[in-house]
Amino acid sequence: MPQLACQNLSLGYEGKTVITDLSFHVNAGDYLCIVGENGSGKSTLMKTILRLKSPIKGEIVTGDGLAHNDIGYLPQQTMVQKDFPASVREVVRSGCLNRCGLRPFYNRAEKRMAEENMNLLGIAPIAKHCYRELSGGQQQRTLLARALCAARKILLLDEPVAGLDPKATVEMYDVIKSLNSNGITIIMISHDIAASVKFASHIMHIGNHASLFFGTTAEYLKSEAGRIYSGWGRAPA
Amino acid sequence: MGACTGMTEIITTLSANFQYLFVRYALIVGVLIALCSSLLGVTLVLKRFSFIGDGLSHVAFGAISIAAALNLTNNFLLVLPVTVICAVLLLRTGQNTKIKGDAAIAMISVGTLAIGYLIMNLFSKSSNLSGDVCTTLFGSTSILTLNEAEVWLCGILSILVIAVFLLFYHKIFAVTFDEDFMAATGVKAKTYNLILAVIIAVVIVLAMNLVGALLISALVIFPALSSMRIYKNFKAVTICSVIVSVVCALLGIFIAILASTPVGSTIVAVNIAGFLAFSMAGLIARRA
Repeated sequence: MPQLACQNLSLGYEGKTVITDLSFHVNAGDYLCIVGENGSGKSTLMKTILRLKSPIKGEIVTGDGLAHNDIGYLPQQTMVQKDFPASVREVVRSGCLNRCGLRPFYNRAEKRMAEENMNLLGIAPIAKHCYRELSGGQQQRTLLARALCAARKILLLDEPVAGLDPKATVEMYDVIKSLNSNGITIIMISHDIAASVKFASHIMHIGNHASLFFGTTAEYLKSEAGRIYSGWGRAPA
Repeated sequence: MGACTGMTEIITTLSANFQYLFVRYALIVGVLIALCSSLLGVTLVLKRFSFIGDGLSHVAFGAISIAAALNLTNNFLLVLPVTVICAVLLLRTGQNTKIKGDAAIAMISVGTLAIGYLIMNLFSKSSNLSGDVCTTLFGSTSILTLNEAEVWLCGILSILVIAVFLLFYHKIFAVTFDEDFMAATGVKAKTYNLILAVIIAVVIVLAMNLVGALLISALVIFPALSSMRIYKNFKAVTICSVIVSVVCALLGIFIAILASTPVGSTIVAVNIAGFLAFSMAGLIARRA
């Protein structure tokens, strides 16, 4: 049974439909990249999976023992965070809040989990640093560690390499790949088709009003959409 | 020698003042209000809620004028619920409507200010109307005229605000830092926003007694901005804001007693001085 299955989804915002009749499923351990033009509804799709929005039509079914709070999320950075006085440790620990319920403080297990995830992502040495003074790559690692505190089954990443320099971009992709190798399902929105093809096991390409393609990466490269778009990411021969 | 006698004089004047019950009340309430109002400063500044605070204080002014026109003995009973309801409504409009957040706040704040003054003019039986308006807007003496019941009410409300803040400290941090993430991972972000709105409303109604309706935002924002010049994590900023706010309030009240200046604007002036000092310190620390 897939961890996540979407059936005949229609999505939109402000009364405008951007995606109609989208069906796909994600199994445990998959690495799905969602690619497509701006405004094609990638972020709307992600927000719907996260239940921040409700679909116009269709439904999202979770299975394989996946509960709503098993989904971790790496959002795009917001304006607020650019001048927020918070230490790396404070941000990472806040990922544990969905386990706290009404308990006002973090317990020992949650604190330990935050430390483990900071170690995993190599940000333990900067735990006391101020979040807003970090480099883009370090900020994304911090938010990724927070997402791992919230959930260890599925991660939804919204353009995780946006604004990163080339070195930080490569490192970020490596981190994500190694998390995926550890059994975490990855669903990622990306503009970088070349990297998507390189790392992902599955690709979903959404165009305006229709899903152009959903399938494995190998199938994508053979498909019409794949042949047209994946050429963009390559250097001309 | 001169400085020494000056000091003794100040101490004598102050201790003479402490004999009066109303001065002691003013100090207790002033400290409690300063404490509460600084707690939420960071959240208000960063969530772009500073304007909501400002808008709400005008709402509270409107409510006070209605309470005065109705001849209510305790205007808290009207002002508090009205302000809380407006806080919740403003938070809702900020999220999704045709009238965008900023415009809605401007509309409500200017509207209630005008209606409030209109009602005071039409129905007030007071002989000193402009004095009344001035007191409500700038809190010139209201902190010194509290009766025992009002002191108790202020005290209880302040302690409630502090307790709620401590209980939800981590949630308030998280909802301020990244509301979407919290909602996505199953934390009830909307509920915590609602709690925030209610606390903000209570703080504003409280702070009106100390600095008056127009100057409340200063009391909320300055301590947070000051501490953010120097400290870089949420806990340190919060603790520092509280200390800055309480110290400024105490200093302000002392200066106001000694120099017979209006309490509210003196406290705000001390806060401004504090902000300048912290900015300087921050600059120097960055250079070093």
